Amino acid sequence: MEQFLGWPLVRQVLGRDKLGRGAAAMSQRSRTLEPRTVQADRVVDSVCPFCAVGCAQKVFVKDEKVVQIEGSAASPISRGRLCPKGSASKQLVTSSSRVTKVRYRRPHGTEWEDLDRETALDMIADRVIATRKQFWQWEDEEGRRTRRTLGIASLGGAALDNEENYLMKKLYTAMGAIQIENQARI
Amino acid sequence: MPGLGTSFGRGGATTSLQDLQNADCILIEGSNMAEAHPVGFQWVMEAKRRGATIIHVDPRFTRTSAVSDLHVPIRAGSDIAFLGGLVNQVLSNDLDFREYVVAYTNAANIIDADYQGPDDLDGLFSGFDPETGQYDPISWRYEPPEEMNEEERQRDRELREEADAAGTGQDAKRSHQAARSESHGSGGAPVNWKGLRDETLQHPRCVFQILKRHFARYTPEMVEEVCGIRPEQLHQVAEALTSNSGRERTTAFAYAVGWTHHSTGAQMIRTASILQLLLGNIGRPGGGILALRGHASIQGSTDIPTLFNILPGYLPMPLADHHQSLDEWVRADEGKAGFWGNIRSYAVSLLKSYWGDAATPENDFCFDYLPRLTGDHSTYSTVKGQIEGKVKGYFLVGENPAVGSANGKMQRLGLANLDWLVVRDLQMIESADFWKNGPEIETGELVTEDIGTEVFFMPAANHVEKAGSFTQTQRMLQWRDQAVQPPDDCQSELEFYVDLGNRIREKLAGSTDEMDRPLLDLAWDYPVDEHGEPDAEAVLREINGTGPDGAPLSSYTELKADGSTSCGCWIYCGVFADGVNQARRRKPHWEQDQVASEWGWVWPANRRILYNRASAAPDGTPWSERKRYVWWDAEQGRWTGSDVPDFVVDRAPDHVPADGAKGPDAIGGQDPFVMQTDGKGWLFAPVGVADGPLPAHYEPPESPVHNPVYAQQNNPGRKQLSTPSNPINPSFSDVFPYVFTTYRLTEHHTTGAMSRTLPYLTELQPEPFCEVSPRLAAERGLEHGEWVTIVTARTAIEARVLVTERLRSLRLGEQWVEQVGLPYHWGVNGISKGDSPNDLVNVTMDPNVSIQDKVGTCDIRPGRRPRGPELTAYVEDYRRRAGVDLDNPTDGGTDT
Repeated sequence: MEQFLGWPLVRQVLGRDKLGRGAAAMSQRSRTLEPRTVQADRVVDSVCPFCAVGCAQKVFVKDEKVVQIEGSAASPISRGRLCPKGSASKQLVTSSSRVTKVRYRRPHGTEWEDLDRETALDMIADRVIATRKQFWQWEDEEGRRTRRTLGIASLGGAALDNEENYLMKKLYTAMGAIQIENQARI
Repeated sequence: MPGLGTSFGRGGATTSLQDLQNADCILIEGSNMAEAHPVGFQWVMEAKRRGATIIHVDPRFTRTSAVSDLHVPIRAGSDIAFLGGLVNQVLSNDLDFREYVVAYTNAANIIDADYQGPDDLDGLFSGFDPETGQYDPISWRYEPPEEMNEEERQRDRELREEADAAGTGQDAKRSHQAARSESHGSGGAPVNWKGLRDETLQHPRCVFQILKRHFARYTPEMVEEVCGIRPEQLHQVAEALTSNSGRERTTAFAYAVGWTHHSTGAQMIRTASILQLLLGNIGRPGGGILALRGHASIQGSTDIPTLFNILPGYLPMPLADHHQSLDEWVRADEGKAGFWGNIRSYAVSLLKSYWGDAATPENDFCFDYLPRLTGDHSTYSTVKGQIEGKVKGYFLVGENPAVGSANGKMQRLGLANLDWLVVRDLQMIESADFWKNGPEIETGELVTEDIGTEVFFMPAANHVEKAGSFTQTQRMLQWRDQAVQPPDDCQSELEFYVDLGNRIREKLAGSTDEMDRPLLDLAWDYPVDEHGEPDAEAVLREINGTGPDGAPLSSYTELKADGSTSCGCWIYCGVFADGVNQARRRKPHWEQDQVASEWGWVWPANRRILYNRASAAPDGTPWSERKRYVWWDAEQGRWTGSDVPDFVVDRAPDHVPADGAKGPDAIGGQDPFVMQTDGKGWLFAPVGVADGPLPAHYEPPESPVHNPVYAQQNNPGRKQLSTPSNPINPSFSDVFPYVFTTYRLTEHHTTGAMSRTLPYLTELQPEPFCEVSPRLAAERGLEHGEWVTIVTARTAIEARVLVTERLRSLRLGEQWVEQVGLPYHWGVNGISKGDSPNDLVNVTMDPNVSIQDKVGTCDIRPGRRPRGPELTAYVEDYRRRAGVDLDNPTDGGTDT
């Protein structure tokens, strides 16, 4: 009988919560539920990585994993709001389809291969040095000094940090590479 | 960006999202703000709640239109005609804010007697060279003073010499091709004298009168014929704008890539700038022009550019034919009025931050280490170079051109012709595995085993796995703290590039080859933590700059030209003022006033509204109590108010600079545009815009419409990319009778790598579609919800069709124009897959910025597209019927 009286429907009919949207719908389990955010070890301030409105985010971390991302109410721009993309950004950072290992495709290869990161980084440096030299140009066809290479190009930056763009442009410029571009052109 | 840069002196948005709430009227055009910037749009809704009138001008009725007071349907690509029609309404009815216009703009300036406009020259401006397709701007200049001083004579001589050289087509061509006008991101184009002014605005050659004559042909009837907008709607908009501008009221404009992505994009923004200057809305609360950028740090990647033609802080990359020494490099701008006149200090400080101790006065601070440009090295030229085998190594860093760039096939053909490709991304993007999944593999145009490109996919850290700053749409730097470590092989770009630099320098160590000096002398000492991650704050410190004692500087006014200061980006100087990361400030908005100056940091100098000197009348008092913002405090002898004054703080309103004053000293008390070399907002651009001192309507390179405004059909200065992989549909073709344009959806982000891979977002917006009007659906037999095929000379793609009155059939005089709307987010990878609309887009570019035109013509038919090699044959048949010749792939000279 006691068990019967505990059923939500009975509590709804007999109790004050006639619409079943409050106490009648609660259980011992739901009464003790806590949001993931409460259990987080720490909360880190961030900014949404999608469009350029720059909504402030709070990133909740537990056991060194991101467990939730929410809008930060303190921001004078976003006032805590996030759009569907910003609200999905926890899924962005924990995506199961994310590629986390270096992939290598050899010339004329038909499949990806594994490659150690150290080896890959070293191979890239070798290729930069070789291509830079191969396409090096001290002067243009009219004899004006150009001090550059036209063999190497780069595209990307609008999704990156200022500090990253700064180092990229600095290194490329020192390499003499000039075809450096990003989404701002596109 | 040059649209804003040449008009006002800086290329950034002039205002903030929050300040939109202070507007009495907001005009949104070239943007579906509610859809693409939904959280920013809350400030439009705040304004509306306070009684503002919201106007949306767009080809489609969208989520933005739905909550606006007025939706004005417009033909894609015809914005200059519409805005020009508004300028005409303002001028012919004397509805401009005259006091503002006289004092703060160049309306009173008298233009050279040689100037001729498109009314005189059948759609061209004076100075056009048909051989090169470029303008020599000498006749657009301010009338030279009768009695020149020595310096002015010198400048005049140089200008003439340059003009003579330009007569051979060489110099002007190079300068224009190098997207020179883009270097006006923070520093206007140089004029050689402040010029003669007639403040009665009556002189027939003063800018105001030229403007009146130029825009006179943009009548309501003309607007209707070009844009499909009824005269009563034009009048409604004009009434809303003019009644909400003036001393007591302000109107704000917001735009996005619906303006920038055109072969006349910079001039669309110029037209808006002219209108806002005439209405007196720049530099004032609730006014301004808000550029809505589409990527987290696209403003930042322009300020600290990964762009070919500029260095940090919009310093121009040197040109081989003009700049072979530090002196030559800075000469055109040095000493000119305003803060851009201090360019040498900014340039030397940058060289010091690049090459440190190696940069000395004796070696020109290593100026010679900078590579020089000889023309257009923008991304589309680079891709052409890849196809031609001239560019063999390529880094893709968080960008997916196989889906995101115009003419995807051309991109993929370029990728397939490299020696090596490094892709840094979070997901397996279409640009990384084009060699096995690309559409050309399906058609047989490319064969996997034949593609020699070596590909390194290097997994990237995401935004919570690294610390750093983004610069968002209102020029605000906001710092992100690191939350967790990146997994497995994932690395930040900071770590990757520091490591790459270290490896290259180690491998070249000991080299005596002069070509390696810039790498070996590079200041490249970035300590890393136990995870190998460099300290991003240390890099921000370098960007901010340091003084002789190594302490962070607090303002770019402290920068020196003698090598005693270093600064990685002069406009960001101050972001580390007092040794504090100012971008990391997060004081909640409820503890601050509405300007919220202690949240993040805004360039320049934490100014939230640019040119805010103009929020006060010429005498320094607020224009009105209602629009009080920054004003002159006579007692204190300083400018004061709610924001950091964008002015020399103690310069009195009645100050008149001494003769021969240079740089900031030459700014008069009534010159609010402190980055302009004459201190004024430019209604007429005497220099700095490649395709004319005033905007003129030209048709997109592919159009069903004969230009009703001028005999000149297309932008005469447009950049064409003539290559067999970029064929252009002939205009007025029955084979390609419809207009198409592309756009975004809330639920997806650009090429989809960050959204089509996420289940939540894919569920919300599961597959590609296009939108057409019921009239077009009936004409072509298209059924709502069924498959359709959309065809251009580039390729054909398929999508589901949404038949909806959201797309209006437009009547232009006797002609009906139908438009096809295409959200562009799709590609062949991810959870939600589909054909890429950008594969349909041709590459024809704006001459100022080398940005492509996203509007084109197409055919649309019921049913799915052919598969495999049959697709190639299908498109070839279209090309044959339309008369497109792959061996001569220009846009067919549609100029009439």
